[in-house]
Amino acid sequence: MKKILYSVALLAVATLGYAQVERGNLLIKNGTVLTVTKGTFENTDVLVKDGKISQIGKNIAAPAGVKVIDASGQFVMPGIIDAHSHAGLDAINEATAPVTAEVFTGDGLNPFQVGLYRALGGGVTTIHAMHGSANAIGGQCETIKLRYGVKNADDLRMEGAPRTIKFALGENPTRVHGGGNGIVPRTRMGVEFVIRESFSKAREYRAAWDKYNKAKTQKGFRGAPPEYNLRLETLADILKGDIIIHCHSYRADEISMLLNVCKDFGVKRLVFQHVNEGFKVAPELAKFGAMASVFADWWAYKFEVYYSTAYNAAILTRNGVVTSINSDDGELMRHLYHEAAKTQKYGALTDDEALALITLNPAKQLGIDARVGSLEVGKEADIAIFNAHPLSSYTIPTFTVVDGVVRFDRAKDPDDMRIYVDPTQAVDMATFRDREQGDHCLDGAEENLVNIFGLN
Amino acid sequence: MKRNIQTILSLVTALFGLLALDAAAQSPKGKYATFALTHATIQTVTKGVIQDGTVVLSGGKITAVGTNVTVPAGAEVIDCKGSWIYPGLIDSGTLLGLREIGSDARTQDFNEVGDVIPQMKALTAVNPNSVLIPVTRVSGVTTVIAAPEGDLIPGTAALINLYGYTPEQMFAGFEGVVVNFPNTGRKGFYDRRTDEEIKKAAEKSLSRINSVWEMAVQYHKLDSATKSKGLSYYPEMEALLPVVRGERTLMIEANASKDIQAALKWVKEHQVKKVILTGVAEGWRVADEIAAANIPVIAGPVQEIPSRDYDRYDKAYANPGLLKKAGVKVALRTSQAENVRNLPYHAAFAAAYGLGKEEALRSVTIVPAEIFGVADKLGSIEVGKNATLLVSDGDPFETKTNIKQVYIDGWQVPMVTRQTLLYDEFLKRDPGVTKN
Repeated sequence: MKKILYSVALLAVATLGYAQVERGNLLIKNGTVLTVTKGTFENTDVLVKDGKISQIGKNIAAPAGVKVIDASGQFVMPGIIDAHSHAGLDAINEATAPVTAEVFTGDGLNPFQVGLYRALGGGVTTIHAMHGSANAIGGQCETIKLRYGVKNADDLRMEGAPRTIKFALGENPTRVHGGGNGIVPRTRMGVEFVIRESFSKAREYRAAWDKYNKAKTQKGFRGAPPEYNLRLETLADILKGDIIIHCHSYRADEISMLLNVCKDFGVKRLVFQHVNEGFKVAPELAKFGAMASVFADWWAYKFEVYYSTAYNAAILTRNGVVTSINSDDGELMRHLYHEAAKTQKYGALTDDEALALITLNPAKQLGIDARVGSLEVGKEADIAIFNAHPLSSYTIPTFTVVDGVVRFDRAKDPDDMRIYVDPTQAVDMATFRDREQGDHCLDGAEENLVNIFGLN
Repeated sequence: MKRNIQTILSLVTALFGLLALDAAAQSPKGKYATFALTHATIQTVTKGVIQDGTVVLSGGKITAVGTNVTVPAGAEVIDCKGSWIYPGLIDSGTLLGLREIGSDARTQDFNEVGDVIPQMKALTAVNPNSVLIPVTRVSGVTTVIAAPEGDLIPGTAALINLYGYTPEQMFAGFEGVVVNFPNTGRKGFYDRRTDEEIKKAAEKSLSRINSVWEMAVQYHKLDSATKSKGLSYYPEMEALLPVVRGERTLMIEANASKDIQAALKWVKEHQVKKVILTGVAEGWRVADEIAAANIPVIAGPVQEIPSRDYDRYDKAYANPGLLKKAGVKVALRTSQAENVRNLPYHAAFAAAYGLGKEEALRSVTIVPAEIFGVADKLGSIEVGKNATLLVSDGDPFETKTNIKQVYIDGWQVPMVTRQTLLYDEFLKRDPGVTKN
């Protein structure tokens, strides 16, 4: 018995161990502080206590033993949030059926990917690690913090972040399933049907369970519960409003379609991803309250993005749509500050509007804006520091801080930042990405594209 | 009288309305005239910066530059106070004109069948009406290399200006034969070949290139001996003949450091006279060797992740600067089609991570002009050069800077693209949510 108790205690300690991530204390001195929500302040300090911002002001005295970063001449902004990434994942597409709501990218997290460190080198602190776009209704996604250095995948998770799920419209699901497997959907008609059918079945499933749960409280109830189905369970949670839909989409017509479907089923939490033609239906998106996460200027990599404009983010913003700029790519991810700046060339957004595209707005889209996305007292201390204004093309990120812990220090970090070294890999083996790749959402979905980071 | 005024007013209003309609209905056209761009800050690249200066464009050439310039009679004077003038930017490696839509094979003309096909000419396949071209040139990128891709020798690349209605009108005076030097790197995460398989494939490719070169040398000897008479049709060899004779440049793509070293060795052994190394992603590892060989490079894309997990995170950004520091002549490329417009930002990243602003500017202007042998026409603001330049409201490498005007071969280019038209139409869409 004693032995068992001891084991339980050990297990509890172990569980506690990986559930508890490191939270730091830090004082950032004399920077130009870009809060995004409350203005910009020169020669200002940011004090971090136990992983949270505890004070923003001038001449804050450093508490004893607290690490100090001299940010004189530098720019301090909220850590960048990428609402569309596939980094940190060992699997992206469960491309075996048009609907795979039961799978979860959080089951395939890999904390050893050096790409996570490289993203820190671009000031990124939080990413939405998404399922791919092979299926009309894909898997659930995980919001992670770039605590690069941890070895337990669980330590990457942003505890308490809302559940999200990937949907996909247009060329990708129709190509994979209709084109590749000869099943519905082969067209945009089929995509709508698949989603309506799924929601309808989920509604029936939930009704059957509600009926059973109500009946079983009756005295003398004898009967079997309905069959448990994780796919339908997840879809029912979407209808209930527990899961935010993040839908890969490009064309205006398919965007309108999903707005209509969601209206019919009472689904309100909806973010469109890529959404290159979002600008064409900006008034409808604004009226619905749907949000948009877009590329700054990527287009023409496939037909459904041929009629794009780099002014997309500006048009959406001016029409009142909460808009973010995402990467979907290992390189774009680490210069999102530059991608955001492009909205000043294409549509003359203000500094705060441009910065919100990669901080507060993606936080809203992931449902984490009460915790991150701006520099405010009480928020989590996810902070990026730059040697020049972050919207300048010449700027260089110098420090990146997650939960008050410095995870990127340009001056001090060694060149080789691997945590894990693959013993089977030749030392001089280099990888050069294929230049014909488009976006990355079909990874693992096609026979000859297994595990590629390619094809949006 | 009052009524007359009203009538006149309404007529005038109607007339303006018609004019406005007319302008909207027409596709904008380029304009060819004598232009005097006055009161500008002129970044000549080769001869410093001129404050409050004038540039005169006439007959497709720059005819005057300076502070004491007489504006020719009849010239259209454009006040450029507060604006900057830069030479048109040159992207030294793109698929522009050769690829319209990335996923649609029917719109791709850069990858012909065959492993050694130097006779395939990119210039032939350049589509002057590509929607991507106006989108590119309004960013100030006026001149690009359109290069074929594919197997060992996928064809001949061409330097093109981004204004013209036929490939001939666009041709900017340089063609080079592309060689993809045997590659010992992986093509991506999906490339599941073993290290041994990769090595064997590279060895096989190298022996193929060696035998092709040997044949080309023999062909050159035969051709010289027969004075080009009596040889049967052999398009591959005919295309390689000027390369063997040192009249045409070989553009050798090599990225992994040992592939770059192998390419340098190959060039030396075969005494290839005109060579440019392209890509050179790991050029920084062997920069001294490239410098010693005195071979110029076209580096890029700059905005890229490093080629090895253990390399410093910013190596692709730093590569051009490290090469330059070792004494290598560096031009830049984006390797893109639809977003060649981002060339200025690739240059900015290279500048920030070690190349410096001045050299970064040279790497997209005068250096490529020199490498391609067209420095008498392009790459700087000097009298006698082609009237190919941009007018901006600031540093063109800075993201928020707007390019106000672009001139290519003396043509004032319309600053309208499908992307700007969509902006105009949809910023305030009418009807909005409700139609009636």
